[in-house]
Amino acid sequence: MPTLSRRALIGAASALALFAGAHAASAADANLKIGFVGVTSGPAAAWGTSNVRSMQTLAEWYNELGGVKIGDKTYTIEIVTFDDQKDPKRAVEGMEKMAQEGIHYVVGPNVDDGAAAVRPVAEKNGIIYFPYAFPKELYTAPASNAVLGMIANYQSGPAIYKYLMDNKGVKKVAFVAANESDPLSQRDSGVAAAKALGLEVVADKDTYQNDTRDFTPVLTPIVALKPDLLVLSGVAPANAPLLIRAARELGYEGLISTETAQDAKVLEEGAGELANGFISVGGASTPEIASDHMKEFVARYTKKFGEYNDESNTKVYVLDYILETMKANPKAIDNVDEFKKTIDTFEAPNPYLKDPDAKLKYVGSTSFGQKRQVAVPMVVNEYKDGKFETLFVGTVD
Amino acid sequence: MEQVIANGLYLGAQYALIALGLTLIFGLMNVLNFAHGQMYVLGGFITYTVYGQLGLPFPIAVLCSGLTLAIIGGFMERYLFRTVIRRSHREESTMLLAAATAFFFDAVMLLIFGEKQRGVPKIVKGVFNDYGIILPYDRIVVGAVAAAMILSFIAFMKYTKTGRAMRALAQDRVAAQLMGVEVDRYTMIGFAMGAMLAGVVGGLLVSITGVNSGIGGPISVKAFMMIMIGGAGVAGGAIAGGFILGMMESVGLTVLREYGDVTYLVIFAALMVFLSIRPNGLMGKPWG
Repeated sequence: MPTLSRRALIGAASALALFAGAHAASAADANLKIGFVGVTSGPAAAWGTSNVRSMQTLAEWYNELGGVKIGDKTYTIEIVTFDDQKDPKRAVEGMEKMAQEGIHYVVGPNVDDGAAAVRPVAEKNGIIYFPYAFPKELYTAPASNAVLGMIANYQSGPAIYKYLMDNKGVKKVAFVAANESDPLSQRDSGVAAAKALGLEVVADKDTYQNDTRDFTPVLTPIVALKPDLLVLSGVAPANAPLLIRAARELGYEGLISTETAQDAKVLEEGAGELANGFISVGGASTPEIASDHMKEFVARYTKKFGEYNDESNTKVYVLDYILETMKANPKAIDNVDEFKKTIDTFEAPNPYLKDPDAKLKYVGSTSFGQKRQVAVPMVVNEYKDGKFETLFVGTVD
Repeated sequence: MEQVIANGLYLGAQYALIALGLTLIFGLMNVLNFAHGQMYVLGGFITYTVYGQLGLPFPIAVLCSGLTLAIIGGFMERYLFRTVIRRSHREESTMLLAAATAFFFDAVMLLIFGEKQRGVPKIVKGVFNDYGIILPYDRIVVGAVAAAMILSFIAFMKYTKTGRAMRALAQDRVAAQLMGVEVDRYTMIGFAMGAMLAGVVGGLLVSITGVNSGIGGPISVKAFMMIMIGGAGVAGGAIAGGFILGMMESVGLTVLREYGDVTYLVIFAALMVFLSIRPNGLMGKPWG
């Protein structure tokens, strides 16, 4: 009978121990996959990248703490990503991939046409998705699988214009937008909101190609109209500093605002002190309102990726909404009907704000007739010397 | 109107410089370099790093951009395009290779420099505001440098031995070879020069328009439009195409603003009509 050498015995014992360990770990921890379908390449890469990185940072953090307990099981969070390249056809492919992997909760897409394109796939395969896109029909009945992941411009715009009318004496407003579906629809609703408030709209047709690098020719005729407020509707973070710089260099002295989230570092590098006073919508990172939890999130994100992106101040929320709703109703983990039932009554503490009374809850009844929006605080920021300062904080119901 | 003309001239100088490198490579090798925009972006990121992050003087940063891209261009010609041209009998193989390198550059730059728009401190502060024209001084400096570079390039192509050899290659590759022109050597120099021009203009313009990793494709498309207008492979055509496109943009964005974003619609429609009449562009033969 052949005899085993000592080395072979040790090797076999080690392999057995490793196998047993791995088996024990997998029995203790189940995997919970959360998807992302959005744009992480090309000129709009910043929109989706800040989503993905926020999700990855949080998932790593929660996994490091031992996973997320939902019901009587503890789950390791796995983020599955798909770059749709801002192409609706690719977004559909991405959502189909999520369905094939058995994923029921997907963050994204980032733009209107992508969000509209994935709707049939999501509804057919029992997927709840969280677009960063504003068309109301996605969130209004009979649609029920999409939950808006941020504040829409038709919610923040009127609040910003009203504030500027009351506090800065704004009377004349001009709009400029990229010639793409999202910015154009945001411009149209912004124009309507401004007119409803009694503002004089002096420019509402000016547009630019999204890949424009020099905005001086675009802004020359608008600046000549001398508006009190220039609204950069749906402006991409890459274009905001270029537009601000071109307007200021042409001698524009009025206010400039947008209803999209921006990054302070990008504004600082691209426009420097010319960006001072620029008004945008942010999330929870300004020192006035951010909790220690939010500060730790920013620190972890910065450590993991080398640099923080202020757009993540709004994008940090959605993963928590998904997980907390599942905690409230563990059946929702693979049953989106249970998730939908829980939406109406769900409430949990908001870990990202100092205010102890701040809550995570679903809203949208006023805008959509049903709760299909996450309650992200509507923080209106003013850029000053490389940082954002909170102008005011609003809410959406 | 003075402002509109000034905007058009400035845009034209930018565009002409971008298109020169592309048309040089096309003229020498019959290769449509789809990665030209990505080379521009890489040049911008190098200047961003050297000037914006390391704090070295701006001219040194632009020089670094040009040299790096020249080296990359030389290697690309020697080890990629030359090999493919020799082994493949189909012309579209080089186009596929160029497209592949464009995607490769896009992915690498996104990985290294991230997704954010990057910018650098202004090289000259202040704004010229007189005679009905508002023009920041940094644009005047960049416009002047671009004009000087265009003139230097023309002089180089016309009066130096290397320039004459490259023009000969562009006109008739076989005849030039029979006359003793070292085809491989000058093709590599030409490709490196084209890449260098893309790098330099990317470095120059990062001080005005910044840079981000996703703009390479759109830059290439605009450069193709310019050389289609002027005539592919012709230096004068690229310059003319750049200024025509710059002026059309500037005038269109002012005159047509009441009708929404129809400027590029009009430009593309005009280009289609123009190409159906003059398919080789304004100056459709290599190096005039």
